[in-house]
Amino acid sequence: MSTTTIEKAKYKILGTRPVRHDGVDKVTGRALYGADIQLAGMLVGKVLRSPHAHARIRSINTRRAEALEGVKAVVTGADLPEPGDQSANLGELGMVPLKHLSHNVLAVSKVLYHGHAVAAVAATSAQIAEEALKLIEVDYEVLPPVLDVLKSMKGEPALLHDDVFTDELGEKSSKPSNVASHQRFQLGDVAKGFASADHILEHEYRCATVHQGYIEPHAATAMWNADGFLTIWCTTQGAFTVRGAVHQILKMPVSKLKVIPTEIGGGFGGKIPVYGEPVAALLSLKAKRPVKVVMSRTEVFLGTGPTSGSYVKLKMGVTKDGRITAAEALLAYEAGAFPGSIVNCGGLCIFAPYHIDNVLIDMYDVVVNKPKTAAYRAPGAPNSELATECLIDEFCEKLRMDPLEFRLKNAAKEGDLQSHGIPHPKIGFIETVEAARQSEHYRSKLEGPNRGRGVASGYWLNAGLTSSAMARVNADGTVTLVEGSTDIGGSRTSIAMQLAEVLGITAEEVIPSVADTDSIGYTEVTGGSRVTFATGWAAYEAGQAIRRQMIDRVAEMWKVAAETVTLEDGIFSANGDRSKTITFKNLAETLAQKGIDIGARITVTPHAVGGAFATHIADVEVDPETGKVTVLRYTAVQDAGKAIHPSYVEGQMQGGVVQGIGWALNEEYVYNESGQMLNASFLDYRMPTSLDLPMIETIIVEVPNPGHPYGVRGVGEVPIVPPPAALSNAIYKAIGVRLRDLPMSPPKVVKALQIAKM
Amino acid sequence: MPLVHIPALLLSLTGEVRQQRVSGTTVREVIEALDKIHPGIRDRLLQGEQLRSGLAVFVDGLVRREGLDFEVSDRSEIYFIPAVAGGCAYKVAQESSA
Repeated sequence: MSTTTIEKAKYKILGTRPVRHDGVDKVTGRALYGADIQLAGMLVGKVLRSPHAHARIRSINTRRAEALEGVKAVVTGADLPEPGDQSANLGELGMVPLKHLSHNVLAVSKVLYHGHAVAAVAATSAQIAEEALKLIEVDYEVLPPVLDVLKSMKGEPALLHDDVFTDELGEKSSKPSNVASHQRFQLGDVAKGFASADHILEHEYRCATVHQGYIEPHAATAMWNADGFLTIWCTTQGAFTVRGAVHQILKMPVSKLKVIPTEIGGGFGGKIPVYGEPVAALLSLKAKRPVKVVMSRTEVFLGTGPTSGSYVKLKMGVTKDGRITAAEALLAYEAGAFPGSIVNCGGLCIFAPYHIDNVLIDMYDVVVNKPKTAAYRAPGAPNSELATECLIDEFCEKLRMDPLEFRLKNAAKEGDLQSHGIPHPKIGFIETVEAARQSEHYRSKLEGPNRGRGVASGYWLNAGLTSSAMARVNADGTVTLVEGSTDIGGSRTSIAMQLAEVLGITAEEVIPSVADTDSIGYTEVTGGSRVTFATGWAAYEAGQAIRRQMIDRVAEMWKVAAETVTLEDGIFSANGDRSKTITFKNLAETLAQKGIDIGARITVTPHAVGGAFATHIADVEVDPETGKVTVLRYTAVQDAGKAIHPSYVEGQMQGGVVQGIGWALNEEYVYNESGQMLNASFLDYRMPTSLDLPMIETIIVEVPNPGHPYGVRGVGEVPIVPPPAALSNAIYKAIGVRLRDLPMSPPKVVKALQIAKM
Repeated sequence: MPLVHIPALLLSLTGEVRQQRVSGTTVREVIEALDKIHPGIRDRLLQGEQLRSGLAVFVDGLVRREGLDFEVSDRSEIYFIPAVAGGCAYKVAQESSA
């Protein structure tokens, strides 16, 4: 592992590797996760799920379940408030039909995927709850399932909704459609661009439906007070998101709902939507007792959002000296049962690493009879950038050009237009390519039969959004830091480190905690690679406010002008007067004795988000008889802007790569013709383990983001983007066949080899 | 005057004109002025009096959550981009009173 720093290090805390504040609790089992919540009188909640992918619900009879001894409540979609035509305010995403949110939690007139929740039971034990589920009688009228995105676009074999029309920026189709929206980006003139190309290639790329695969299933506990206040404990990437969703679905005042986030065992975007939270709340309301709903692994696969399966058609043109002249793409992404895929993200990212003057991208959001899709680490980007990075590899072969040289020749720089027309700010793509080119891995030889090396780059746009932090100086010189971002990857430490840097104290002297929705200001989800960036910024500003307050106080004590006081390395001093110095710790103690409280409450919404780039190198060996692809060596190069805690940056890089490898080689939802998922367990939904892969080598490049006080760029998502293409390109080098349909599983590799031999 | 970059799907309303300078001190005023030159564009960018669902306003390269109320200058460049929020693509961000 290595770090290549563009700017000379000037920090005391940033860039070091303190032990994470939550580490001891997590490795000793003391940390409190969603399933650990225990309350007096608590009931067990279980959910009945549809066995059909697409069906009308003719009737639901819950009488026998309600009569079972030990059952305290049964709910169905009829227990949810009527959403009507009201829209839920999804903040930046605007208004979305509340009906879609509500009906995904519990189906009303139709079930739209295998696993769609239909009813729920609260009972005194799990066994009784399971028995009660069997007693619920649901009469279905089975309908043809819609499983393929291209067929769905034609309305085949059925329409999912009679109230979904294709929206093209306000112009709606005259008839209902499975295509919920169409969006377009355009630069220059692609026709002219292709006319000036010496080589044109066009191919289609497919990605199967894949799941985020977080190790901790969803868990939610709800408890009502007699005065109508509701408390929800849950594993979530955003407590405020849960609060917003639940209060709108249940049509209750937001002021009467508190959401307490527990520690989280992975999310990757999949724990942003709500599932069990409203169900637990409904059950608890009826039963008048707390109710906990914990999903099984099978339920996680069947009932929660995977990411979009997709179809991408890509055409590119290049000159004989390797310049891209034009690029045209069609993206069709599965939204699942209700509209709202991340196809637009795919369109924003597909060509982002490259300077292309002529671009046309059409993006289609398409409903299918699968669970409503959710975000998955750089959502939409792996699907679209797979196409670009693979097609570039084909051009490189045609031109006999080194693939990294090609990328340097076409690399986007600051000021170059992105697909949506906005210029790139300062970016670090070239630096990642250069670092990859200089790496020991790339310079090493790869020898042996059926072995090949592939490279690919990637981009993720990252998010800013709103974060809050509160900090208070304690009498012993430590600082209590309260923030609202669920800690998925060690972020409470990276946030604490930014505060510590401002105050000149150690990271260990900052005591961070993640608070509930009553105890901290509004904070957007832990997602979008935004937490170290935005919540870190809130902590930075809190630190600056504390710094100013303490300078003012010590200036009063010393009877000097505040402007003459400095704070360096945790020591306050008045310029030029050696008799006037005091440590942060001693000043804190002094002020506490005087009854002076020092603290700050900050909310920020930073705008100058820095996108992230990565370039990866993969060596593989393919067994031509079995089709098994073994990853021999893998190096991930990534621009982190400023690696606050390098170990956690490296961890994010490695984790993202591993997920990308699983996506590329093995993972997919397998359906039968009836639309039932056949592999809803980790046994058959095959994710890579540590036994399957070599150590992922990491190289951190730092091109500071000028929009952040410390130059931070989000790091969590871009590492999942390059692996599928890197591996496809490596497989081609190994065995001479190009695979454009993920996953590149052993049967597909064998079949491709057979076809190639014919 | 601020410069508006016309979304690709709305080029049919502008005769394929991709950029348009119009007067206005806020994004809302700019849209109203744009509609006078290219009738019908207001109803595509707005939903009632609000920015259309799924759109975000970017001014000078930065997303502006103030949306229609964001103040612009003569040198501002305004874009209307699909609203995405990184890995927050699905979220319920704001509470409304119930």
